[in-house]
Amino acid sequence: MAAKAQTPIRLQVVNFITQWGTVLTILVLVVFFAVWMPPFISPSNLLTILRSISIVTVIAIGITLSLTVNGFDLSVGSVATLADALVISAFVWYEFGLLPAILIALGGCLMVGLLNSFLIVKLRIPDLLATLSMLFIVEGVATTYTGGGSISEGMPRLDGTETFGKLDPVFKAIGSAPWIIVIMLVVVLLVHLFLNQTKHGRYLYVVGGNLEAARLSGIPVERYRTLAYVLSALLAALGGVILASRIGSSQINAGAGYLMPAVAAAYIGFSVGGAGRPNAMGTLLGAVLMGVLENGLVMMSVPYYSLNIVKGGVLAIALASTYFRKK
Amino acid sequence: MKNIAIEFPGVKALQGVDFTVHTGRIQALIGANGAGKSTLMKILAGAYSHYTGSIRMDGQEVDIHTPRASKAQGIEIVFQEVDSALVPSLSVAENIMLDVMVNKMGGRQWINWAELHRSAQAVLERMGVQLETRLLAQELSLAQKQMILIARALCEDAQFLVLDEPTAPLSIAETRELFRLIKELAANHGVGVVFISHRLPEIFEICEEVTILRDGQVVTCQPTAGLTSLQVVEWMLGHRFSETYPKSQVPIGGPLLEIRDLTAREEQVRQVSLRVNAGEIVGVAGLVGAGKTELCKAIFGALPVKHGEIRLRGAPIRVRTPHQAVRSGLALVPEERRKEGILVEEPLFVNLSLSNLAIFAGFLGFLRKAAEQLAARRIVAELAIKTPSEQQKVAYLSGGNQQKVVVGKWLNTDADVYIFDEPTKGVDIGAKHEIFVLIGKLAAAGKGILYASCELAEILGITDRTYVMYDRTIVKELVTADTTESEILFYSTGGK
Repeated sequence: MAAKAQTPIRLQVVNFITQWGTVLTILVLVVFFAVWMPPFISPSNLLTILRSISIVTVIAIGITLSLTVNGFDLSVGSVATLADALVISAFVWYEFGLLPAILIALGGCLMVGLLNSFLIVKLRIPDLLATLSMLFIVEGVATTYTGGGSISEGMPRLDGTETFGKLDPVFKAIGSAPWIIVIMLVVVLLVHLFLNQTKHGRYLYVVGGNLEAARLSGIPVERYRTLAYVLSALLAALGGVILASRIGSSQINAGAGYLMPAVAAAYIGFSVGGAGRPNAMGTLLGAVLMGVLENGLVMMSVPYYSLNIVKGGVLAIALASTYFRKK
Repeated sequence: MKNIAIEFPGVKALQGVDFTVHTGRIQALIGANGAGKSTLMKILAGAYSHYTGSIRMDGQEVDIHTPRASKAQGIEIVFQEVDSALVPSLSVAENIMLDVMVNKMGGRQWINWAELHRSAQAVLERMGVQLETRLLAQELSLAQKQMILIARALCEDAQFLVLDEPTAPLSIAETRELFRLIKELAANHGVGVVFISHRLPEIFEICEEVTILRDGQVVTCQPTAGLTSLQVVEWMLGHRFSETYPKSQVPIGGPLLEIRDLTAREEQVRQVSLRVNAGEIVGVAGLVGAGKTELCKAIFGALPVKHGEIRLRGAPIRVRTPHQAVRSGLALVPEERRKEGILVEEPLFVNLSLSNLAIFAGFLGFLRKAAEQLAARRIVAELAIKTPSEQQKVAYLSGGNQQKVVVGKWLNTDADVYIFDEPTKGVDIGAKHEIFVLIGKLAAAGKGILYASCELAEILGITDRTYVMYDRTIVKELVTADTTESEILFYSTGGK
């Protein structure tokens, strides 16, 4: 019974396409766009693509972590908004320095992560619903905190008080190339190592693979589920801080638009390299695929409001390749 | 069924199998795990379309390549996992009439509820089963769920009924009820029954003829009258099975695990006190539903405990979660192997290091994978797990080998007390033997073993001492050497 069958050629081809389809698609798209419009392949444009996907990737890596424990964090967009509001207000309203401002943003969002874990692990609300509630709550908190408006340098507070705080120059650099790209790559690399080379990463996957078996093997499953949601919130917060640096202000719902692309990137990444589960490298490639597509299509003068049709289609194809063979 | 053969990539699952069921007769189909019983029945159910050979009904060749064709011939199969065939949120009546509602509604769009309940009630009455048709399926016991599936088969006018290990989850009373029903169906309704089971006494009790499969081929087909269990086991194994219970004699040391007045929340376990000594194999006997699994889980911290004291080597330990239990030196081999014990989608070595990953983790929790795989290879060799390598997915292993993996993951934790909950469930006889040997080795190494099982022969065969559970508490402590199967049964059925 245990004898494993010789895999027929046809099946091998299908397997290969499933595993490396994302990479192949990226290559084909790059070649296609490069031939069609040579400026696409210029270094500055490639840098633009990487810069454009950085925030999505960082947030998507957070979602990936929540996916490893078979969870799902829908609140990441709102968390990014909150981080944006916190960090900008810390600079502009309270004239904090670089480090305190960023720590306030990350710390505030850490609370959200803990609250997510509390709802899911202790109160046993299904993760999708718990983080959906948090999506609304956090968005509301961020908007209430900023008084329903935006914050930027020199802009008076809602009660008319003048503000004198300035954005730190180092903070401004975070959101521009090359640093934004470096941050993204470091995050991807660290999480990749964490998931694949450490005990904790293994346990996260085990908890996601079979919660009951993990529990009865003596793994502290509640601790690891909590860890996953806390890390997810922290990475969403980091995404929000980069976003704040990029736009130099706090805007209402600034992070909301990143939720869906990040979810898509994480899911496209599932099948990369035959992992068959959420993984950091896959998520990065998922984000690259979406970035290349968006950039190329814009250069081909496809109207921006039609891009979502293509992006959704790509997601559907990627998911089909992941789930079709699971039958 | 004549000359049935089927191949899966790389595996010849069945070869030249002939199988006959007579109207109104009960035919047993047995074989060790992986012999091809389920595959043969799936062919009959129309689940596979690429087999060769022919299937005849009343001498007429019939074409069964789809589940629909199988049903049209009046073949109904009740598979082992009853829950997967029921809709828990629907009523008994709806579950019984499910096939009718799905396939026989024709152009009608409205459901006549009164008629639905009447028809369901009629089928149940025909079976002689008392069951309220408005109950929801999720409120029923396993035995009742099985009755519903049989009832569903009956309202489809089944000619042939296949029961795949129907008694595995049932208590003795429930089994008796099921047997009464099967006999009644065969005798009075002319239904041909195929009965698949691992329990030989049951086969002798209700079957007239037995077909034995081994490695995808029919070994023999004989009337049960005149056969002995030993002969059947030999045919199943293909060799003489001499020593069923290899009980090694080990000097028994001081007390390892002591439990006093353990009561689980909602009284799933009541006032249990027990002791396990070093080197001792202690049985927990009891019928299904007596609370053995709950006891095992309560000791292991997997079930909330109301009060009670657990001492290990004389010192009280606090076990609120399995995590604490493992750190204290307990190990549990749970009953539901695939659900609670292993990760089927992960390779062997990941499963084997589940409980003790910390010893392979260095600075910042980074894993030393070479060491992990080496240790896995050692356990594979030690337990004689049949696998091409430690990289193999556990899903591809047989039931017995999967069970060895569940045991194997505890070997590196250096636990003091091993709790086994029905470790031989769904495991073939050869692997069973190896598991007993393994348990004996653990005892010889000075570990304490708590062995919960409803198979009395096993309790008698391998334990030193045994507790008998009845109605969620321990009612009797017996020294195994001085007791008998009937004495254990007496106490586990509530005798005093």
